[in-house]
Amino acid sequence: MSYIKATDLTLGYEGKAVIENLNFEVNAGDYLCIVGENGAGKSTTMKTLLNLVKPISGELTYGDGIKPYEVGYLPQQTVVQRDFPASVYEIVISGNLAKIGMRPFYSKKERDNTKLNMKRMNVWEFRNKSYKNLSGGQQQRVLLARALCATSKLLLLDEPVTGLDPKVTIEFYQLIKALNEEGITIIMITHDIHAAVEYADKILHLGQNNVFFGTKEEYKLSDAYKEFEV
Amino acid sequence: MNWFEQIQFYMSFSFVQYALVVGVLISLCSSLLGVTLVLKRYSFIGDGLSHVAFGAMAVGTVLKLADYNLLVLPTTVIVAVVLLKSGSNTKVKGDAAIAMISVSSLAIGYLLMNVFSTSANVSGDVCSTLFGSTSILTITRDEMWLSVVLSILVMIAFVVYYNKIFAVTFDENFAKATGVKAERYNLLIAVAIAVVIVLGMNLVGSLLISALVIFPALAAMNLINHFKGVVVCSAVISVICSILGTFVSILYSTPVGATIVATDLVAYLICAIIGVVKRLR
Repeated sequence: MSYIKATDLTLGYEGKAVIENLNFEVNAGDYLCIVGENGAGKSTTMKTLLNLVKPISGELTYGDGIKPYEVGYLPQQTVVQRDFPASVYEIVISGNLAKIGMRPFYSKKERDNTKLNMKRMNVWEFRNKSYKNLSGGQQQRVLLARALCATSKLLLLDEPVTGLDPKVTIEFYQLIKALNEEGITIIMITHDIHAAVEYADKILHLGQNNVFFGTKEEYKLSDAYKEFEV
Repeated sequence: MNWFEQIQFYMSFSFVQYALVVGVLISLCSSLLGVTLVLKRYSFIGDGLSHVAFGAMAVGTVLKLADYNLLVLPTTVIVAVVLLKSGSNTKVKGDAAIAMISVSSLAIGYLLMNVFSTSANVSGDVCSTLFGSTSILTITRDEMWLSVVLSILVMIAFVVYYNKIFAVTFDENFAKATGVKAERYNLLIAVAIAVVIVLGMNLVGSLLISALVIFPALAAMNLINHFKGVVVCSAVISVICSILGTFVSILYSTPVGATIVATDLVAYLICAIIGVVKRLR
């Protein structure tokens, strides 16, 4: 039984298909990278996995003890967030929101969880600082800590290294790899094909002509990979 | 009489007390919601809604309704919900839709008030609906109680849903992805802002109410950069400005709405200068 299994998925908006007949599965402990050109449907796939968009047809099944919405999500930064007046602590604790249900306030359990994940991501010392004054790499670690508050099983990352400098990018990839080795399943959208084949163990390639899903060893021999290499 | 005695003298009148109670409550509510609206880039919704409320009030006048709020409140709430839905729809441009609705409401409202004029002084009526009462004599006891009850409801909702409102404001997609019913809280925000705008119309008029929503939040953001602090600071600024504005309006017999908004503007400018100085240091 896998965490997520996609069978013959057709994805898109308002009945217009972006991708058809998509099949892939994600097992516990996997590190999956979704690569492909712009407009090939990477973001649509991510939004479908997050239940923000409904698939047009096909089936998306969750199993192995994971429920829909039991995910941590690292979105691309929006305009709203860039100058948002919020402390680092306020942002990270909001990752616990789904757990408090109808209760209005966070309890000790959520506060402890917040502290734990902030220390884990090395942002506890910034807790009273304003998010907008942090560097790009620090901001990503804050959002990662928030995502970890929401789940300890599955993380979805949407182009997480956009705008980071090369050194911080490598540190960030190593951080994700370390989380993966601790047992957290990773699904990441990326433009960076080299990082994908270096760190991931499975690749989902979405292209105009080629859709590929398999291990990275298989991927390196595939036509889809050659398309990128040229 | 010095100004202190003068204020004490006026405070003994019940209509001045009503105006002050209503002013404090409305400015408190509008500033709380204002932070969210400004950060969500929804400030224009407040503006659009106030024009819709004006249109609805004109219809109420023409129909000779005894209590305008019976018509104005539901209409504004419904339009708020519709606008919020269209704002997230990519097909109809949200801002264009709002501009369209707001100018149409203004035009139709003015048209109706002119064609079916019931009073001798149409332009006076229109003026006081747009810019608030020229004096604060006009707030009745019933209107005060309506404001008290609704404002307290809005405040309770804000406190109870504070953490949810923060999450939905900062990152709606993350909230949705983790299973939070974001639409529900957006709806709550829309209904609350519609209520505040209708209540605030009695005080500062429909053209000026969006100032009460925007100014305190923007002023507070210059001084503080965490969310809770901004909310508290914006509430404090808003209440102080509304009390100050009311007193100035009594002492110098200026129109109350415009005076409060001018006070808010001054507060904003002071905060903006402090903000710039803080950043330079």
